[in-house]
Amino acid sequence: MINLLPRYLFNFVILILLQVLLLNNLQFSGYVNPYLYILFIITLPFSTPKWLLLVLGFITGLIIDIFMNTLGLHASATVFMAFLRPFILSSFSPRDGYEVGTRPVPSDYGFGWFFKYMGIMVATHHLFYFFVEAFDKELFMATLSKSIVSTLVTVLFVLIAMLFAKRDSNTL
Amino acid sequence: MRNFIRFIIRNHFLLLFLLLEIVSFYFIFNYNQYHRKVYLSSSNQVSGYLYERFSSVIQYFELKRTNEELARENAELRNQLDKNSFYAPMLPEIEVDTVAAQQYRYSAARVINNSVNKHFNYLTLNKGRKDGIAPDMGVISSRGLVGVVLNTSENYSTVISVLNTRLRISARLRETGFFGSLYWDAGSYRYATLSGIPAHATPLVGDAVVSSGYSSIFPENVLIGTIDKVTIDQGEGFYEIRVLLSVDFKNLEYVHIVEKLEAQERLELEKLSEDD
Repeated sequence: MINLLPRYLFNFVILILLQVLLLNNLQFSGYVNPYLYILFIITLPFSTPKWLLLVLGFITGLIIDIFMNTLGLHASATVFMAFLRPFILSSFSPRDGYEVGTRPVPSDYGFGWFFKYMGIMVATHHLFYFFVEAFDKELFMATLSKSIVSTLVTVLFVLIAMLFAKRDSNTL
Repeated sequence: MRNFIRFIIRNHFLLLFLLLEIVSFYFIFNYNQYHRKVYLSSSNQVSGYLYERFSSVIQYFELKRTNEELARENAELRNQLDKNSFYAPMLPEIEVDTVAAQQYRYSAARVINNSVNKHFNYLTLNKGRKDGIAPDMGVISSRGLVGVVLNTSENYSTVISVLNTRLRISARLRETGFFGSLYWDAGSYRYATLSGIPAHATPLVGDAVVSSGYSSIFPENVLIGTIDKVTIDQGEGFYEIRVLLSVDFKNLEYVHIVEKLEAQERLELEKLSEDD
């Protein structure tokens, strides 16, 4: 467990830097806002205590919020996603549960499993985020399409990130 | 009491979740109180430094366009000079009067972070308190109005962009003088909405929309954009006007920060009459 610490610390820093320096500057259109940083929460080990999931989600979200001047928005969405993670994981679990010492990554449970799990997590986060962001003014359909398009793009970026991680299955 | 503690321990996951969500939503709804806190905004030392280092690499790719923009602005300023010298001989000598004193001071800054596709868009500039920048100063570019300084740290400042649903600007039709309030409705980054123009005004497509000068933030007549579409609902007293913004927020490299020199005096005066 403890030997995972430097690896996750590295993931944390790299994902936040990627998010604030590169992805936030991608400007395809007003509809596409990929948020790759949540991959940090998605890939935390199964044995992570539930309370720690929430705390880490809050800290990650708050750091992104500070960089983007959106205090509270990303924090709330990431905490929401972290809260649902145990339920999503248990609904996707194999017949005899998850093995000790494994992590929710494609190299441990296969690409198909990871794709489903990650897709649901990303969609949860993005729906929550875009609806809280629009809140009063914007139309329901516009927000919904924004969430869906952004979810697809984020999933695409996660897959790209996983390609980079494949060479050395220890990262991510 | 023991039951209560047992209850907390048993439900600690749900309770912690609720607590963190309450804190987050408290931040969201009270952003007014917190957005002035420098360490909670992108002008803090760490993010400011990161953004500056990163953008100083990126800016090399923009040099050609930046140069063209500067040349264009130079030509425009030269035109204004010519216009002035043409009229100058006809004017009598002006006596030195405080009315003629410099009212605004401009300083240049580089945009080190910017976005156009979020709901709340902000810019980060590489000038801060050290350079005399303070909150509530205006930010303009050579093409028009950009935003208002929100926060400053020692070396950096955060600017709330026109493309932010939290900003409203007092704007005026240049031709007819009617004024209203301009805001962004989170749609395309090229357009904003001007409301509050009364139905008896006759706004025409292509008319210029400029800053009104009623606030102490911007000088008068800074270009904001041109009218793109005019609509009025049956029975409504006000037009809703779509404005094509003159600034291309996707390509912002250098901006000017505007400081109104007697802003303090004016604000104090206005505060007096507000208190009555």
